Amino acid sequence: MSNPGELRVPVLPSGTRRRLVHGGFIAIALLYVGILVIAPLIGIAWAVFQAGWSTIVSTLRQPDVQHAFYLTGVITVITVIVTSIFGVIVALVIARDRFPGRALMSALVDLPLAVSPVIVGLMAVVLFGLGGWFEPWFTSQGIRILFALPSMVLVTIFICIPFVIREVVPVLQEVGITEEEAARTLGASSLQTFFRVTLKNIRWGLLYGIALTTARSIGEIGAVLIVSGQITGQTETATLYVLRAFDQFQDDPGFVVALTLALVSIVLLVLIETFKRRQERMQRT
Amino acid sequence: MSTQTLERPSVPPPGPPGAGRRPAVVIRSALARWGLRGTALLYLGLVVALPTVAVITRGFEDGLQSLRDALNAPGAREAIVLTLVLAAVTAIINIVFGTLIAYVLVRYRFPGRGWLSTIVDIPFAIPTLVTGVMLRALYGPNSLIGGFLEGNGIHVIFAQLGILLALLFVTLPLVVRTVQPVLLEIDEAEEEAARVLGATRWYTFRRVVLPKLRSGIAAGGLLAFARAIGEFGAVVIVSGNIIGKTLTAPVLIFQLASQFQPNQAAAVATLLFAISFVLVLVTERLVGARNKDAV
Repeated sequence: MSNPGELRVPVLPSGTRRRLVHGGFIAIALLYVGILVIAPLIGIAWAVFQAGWSTIVSTLRQPDVQHAFYLTGVITVITVIVTSIFGVIVALVIARDRFPGRALMSALVDLPLAVSPVIVGLMAVVLFGLGGWFEPWFTSQGIRILFALPSMVLVTIFICIPFVIREVVPVLQEVGITEEEAARTLGASSLQTFFRVTLKNIRWGLLYGIALTTARSIGEIGAVLIVSGQITGQTETATLYVLRAFDQFQDDPGFVVALTLALVSIVLLVLIETFKRRQERMQRT
Repeated sequence: MSTQTLERPSVPPPGPPGAGRRPAVVIRSALARWGLRGTALLYLGLVVALPTVAVITRGFEDGLQSLRDALNAPGAREAIVLTLVLAAVTAIINIVFGTLIAYVLVRYRFPGRGWLSTIVDIPFAIPTLVTGVMLRALYGPNSLIGGFLEGNGIHVIFAQLGILLALLFVTLPLVVRTVQPVLLEIDEAEEEAARVLGATRWYTFRRVVLPKLRSGIAAGGLLAFARAIGEFGAVVIVSGNIIGKTLTAPVLIFQLASQFQPNQAAAVATLLFAISFVLVLVTERLVGARNKDAV
């Protein structure tokens, strides 16, 4: 490669200059993520270390904390099941079907990304709260939606809807229908084709979407805060526990639970990266 | 959130050209087709469309009165202005650094590149509330750095700087992961050609790289802005929610909702929601136009 630097009488040899610019850019990038992302992680690890081992043990042994983790788990499992099953159906329709209203469907899928979680919680209040559209019927049936598990699951599903769909649609579009057609020609039924061919093709994309859904529903706070009523030991999730701990100036237990959540999400992140790589490898071959 | 722009490889579909792009109506039986369509529409209709419509109608049940009431409450206007300003600053800062990080990730090979890529995704995975807690652990009054900064008159926690840091953290991957695939598509040969013809590095970037990156950068910035407008978890715990100073719009909606003012909350919510939904639609357009160019 010829060097335009020579035309302008460079102060430094071009190789040195290039290395300096590259090195500078890399240093700025590393410094930025270091200050913005890594430093806070070190901060919380340090705070928990300061709190000491006995605080960690006593916090994790609290029945409230254990119930909070349990509730977060229940909400996450239900959300993952619902958004995966219906997500694959919606993805199939968006990728494979053509009909008026398909664009509207895509817009509806993206809508939760644009809505603040607080607004999602408000939606549930407007529908199921006092004076809400569905409130009279559910009250007459004696079913409790608001300030109970159903509304907490509903808002989490709303927020997590896009993840599976947005990962599966491009995979479906890229693998095309050749294999499915071959299976059908060879006599497989629709269901057989779906489970043996389609599902196998989208598996990494689907797992990727599920991992994103899990991470998001574990961490959800704004929507759940509004609909849960924050009843300790009943409708308090892990994130709600952390919020209450800080409201009541119980910083140390708050730090411990928050660090636990951070560690869980970093494990999930490693899974996410693995699925992403698998899927990319599959697309390349 | 947010996660819509996780790195998606832009390799062309394998097999014969166009094999993957064919409008593929393979759901043959009418029963199955209508069954799938019906299920999909019912699911999205009940879970997404209905609640959205409910909030909007509730907010404007009595005309603009609820919105007027909500905006006249002390600190409400300030909260909305603060939210928009902080979201804009967040978007601008992360456009600069996000583009730089994307550029470094795509064009340079250096030890630690894989780590940098993983670290950029950390904010996607970490619960937003935990983000706030981490900032509090680092900059809080009892912490090492926080004590030092307070001593020098810099307030992070319960101040606007803390909110900004939280928003920057949460939106960083949105910009990087939107710009990165666009950069991957740009042919490095054009940059080399410009350099061979005597253009300086900065001139090459401005005249060759930047024009192609523009839609990607705009899309990333808009996503970051939309996300920052609605952020609650990361903000609520660092802001202190001081009326007229650090109270943001999402926290205001939360307060209205928990003070049994659902109409006013819904009115403010509709306002915010309209802004961010328009932004997301514009982004989709930008990204869509780019994809069409690429094909």
